[in-house]
Amino acid sequence: MQKATIQLETLACPSCMQKIENGVKALDGIDTESLKVLFNSSKVKVNFDEEKLSINDIENAITKLGYEVKKSQVKAI
Amino acid sequence: MQRFILGKKNQITLISGILLVIAFISKFLFKNTEIFVGGLVIASIIGVIPIAIQAYQALRVKVVSIDVLVTIAVIGAFLLRNFEESAIVTFLFLFGAYLEQRTLNKTRSAIKELTEMAPESALKQMENGEFEEVEVDEVDVGDILLVKTGSKVPVDGTVLTGEGHINEASITGESVPVGKRKDAKVYAGTILENGTIQIVADRVGEDTTFGKIIELVEEAQDSKSEAERFIDRFSKYYTPAVLILSFIVWLISKNVELAITILVLGCPGALVIGVPVSNVAGIGNGARYGVLLKGSEVIQDFSRVDTIVFDKTGTLTVGNPKVADKKMYTNGDDIDKVLSYLASIEGESDHPLAKAIVEHLGKTETYTVENTNVVKGGGIVAIVDGHRVAVGNVSLMEQENVHIDEEMRADIARFESKGNSLVLTSVDGELKALMGIRDQIRPGVKEDLQKLKRLGVKNLVVLSGDNQGTVDLVASELGLTEAHGHMLPEEKSAYIEKLQAKGRIVAFVGDGVNDSPSIALAQIGIAMGGGTDVAIETSDVVLMNSDFSRLPHALGLVKVISRNMIQNIIIAVGVVFFLLASVFFSEWMNMSIGMLVHEGSILVVILNGMRLLRYKLKY
Repeated sequence: MQKATIQLETLACPSCMQKIENGVKALDGIDTESLKVLFNSSKVKVNFDEEKLSINDIENAITKLGYEVKKSQVKAI
Repeated sequence: MQRFILGKKNQITLISGILLVIAFISKFLFKNTEIFVGGLVIASIIGVIPIAIQAYQALRVKVVSIDVLVTIAVIGAFLLRNFEESAIVTFLFLFGAYLEQRTLNKTRSAIKELTEMAPESALKQMENGEFEEVEVDEVDVGDILLVKTGSKVPVDGTVLTGEGHINEASITGESVPVGKRKDAKVYAGTILENGTIQIVADRVGEDTTFGKIIELVEEAQDSKSEAERFIDRFSKYYTPAVLILSFIVWLISKNVELAITILVLGCPGALVIGVPVSNVAGIGNGARYGVLLKGSEVIQDFSRVDTIVFDKTGTLTVGNPKVADKKMYTNGDDIDKVLSYLASIEGESDHPLAKAIVEHLGKTETYTVENTNVVKGGGIVAIVDGHRVAVGNVSLMEQENVHIDEEMRADIARFESKGNSLVLTSVDGELKALMGIRDQIRPGVKEDLQKLKRLGVKNLVVLSGDNQGTVDLVASELGLTEAHGHMLPEEKSAYIEKLQAKGRIVAFVGDGVNDSPSIALAQIGIAMGGGTDVAIETSDVVLMNSDFSRLPHALGLVKVISRNMIQNIIIAVGVVFFLLASVFFSEWMNMSIGMLVHEGSILVVILNGMRLLRYKLKY
């Protein structure tokens, strides 16, 4: 398992959170329990299984929803 | 392509606004309906594109978002050839989103200021011994770093060589620079004001004290209370429900106009955004004033507090004993001589009372101290400048056969009743000086406690390990309601449980180190931490720089935040009910007015939240 912290462009609408949440949840290998979309700090924090998907897959899923990824950090846990 | 269009949203908003203006000018000034209709059609089409894209993206992940409602409504109005409505609604929706973004950034500004203080680069010693600038993420524990004048300390570390003064305001809130030399600890995010130092990295990134503070504040601003989670769940079903409602209305009335109007009026805008906005602005205000609030649950609990329990030493008092009363039994030059003897003897001791005396006396003449004899439980006897000098308590004076007359006995009794520890000094068997030393009450604490009372706290309790006499004295001086001495840490937490069993909402204020059981047990644990890790982790509220005067601000602030949240919920719910009611019961309501009121209400809740940024305790 790895822990990703993804910094997005500033989130302005609360329905963005729901979109991102559902979009990331749908990926295979995501620990849905750990998924947190932080509205005010515009960050996504999530644990994922690095054997099933990479940080790039998560970033792509978010970008496809129309949100720019600014920076991401991965830490082994 | 999608991203290109969304990236140009601001320009699209501007163009559709200009088209609207052109359309209405041509209608009213030139009576030209072709340009009027043409302008509106183009404005509708370009305006709806970004909204429709967002709606599509939302539907793909099974979310019925506001964009979905608005897109259907606009397309509906367009098909009904009501171009005026479709153009105005898209413009208002886009423009509202733009304003929301701008104002939301304001509410987040206080916290952003904090996170932007995080260091970004470091000068790291490479294998060849040279220092090179690297990103702070590339620094590992054990690396040697160079910090130059004016730059930020990149990580938590220990000084290897060099010295300088560091402004630690970002960690402690105290902006007077602190001198640092070899072996001193330095903290990430603090600024080296002068000098140059080399440090070895002890903790990096999120593990540094500053990293922890940032993480705490970031988590706090997005943490949710029970009420907010309810609103979230509610809004998840609310938007689809509006869609179904409008469909039902259409089925019954066969009135498409009415059905799509309901779609616009039912948008939940202000409801979802109201509470987070109050939260982020409030926590941001706290961060500016040195009060770290750990989230929205803490704000709710703290705002209802009726009992505050204080630890004494280090919380109500400075935790640093000082000479408070002094009496000399000699005069003239002899006074200086006696005090110099005293200072010379105490200078060799590291007893807390001795330190207080040395600090009090300051610079004096120093004499060689010979034949020092430490009397256990009594004090020190030594030969100074050829005289036999005894420094200690009353029983030491008795052992030394020092004569104590009536007047002296009265002084001793008076000093003791003030809660002092006594230090007597005799020279060649004659009592020369009497000093009373006590831990002093923090300046301003009395006024701060008054403020807490005015803010509605009914019970102010002090619990301490000190003797009951001292505790009673502090309590009566400060106007506390209850005072209990001789208490061990576990007895303190047991006492808090007892208060809670009586239905009180209890906050405990301690120094965060030895009181952690009580801090954890109380509904609100408040740590007077100079930015220590323990304090940050175990408590709900941290007062930076151990500044007691921030407590009334904190309490006033949480009360205002929780009121602000309630106001925002009322505004949001009220607007939705008002709009839905008026569409059924009034003639004048239409889509454009509905959208205007909606976007207006969103801005009102954001502006209302923004007031919290400027909050200051008034009295």
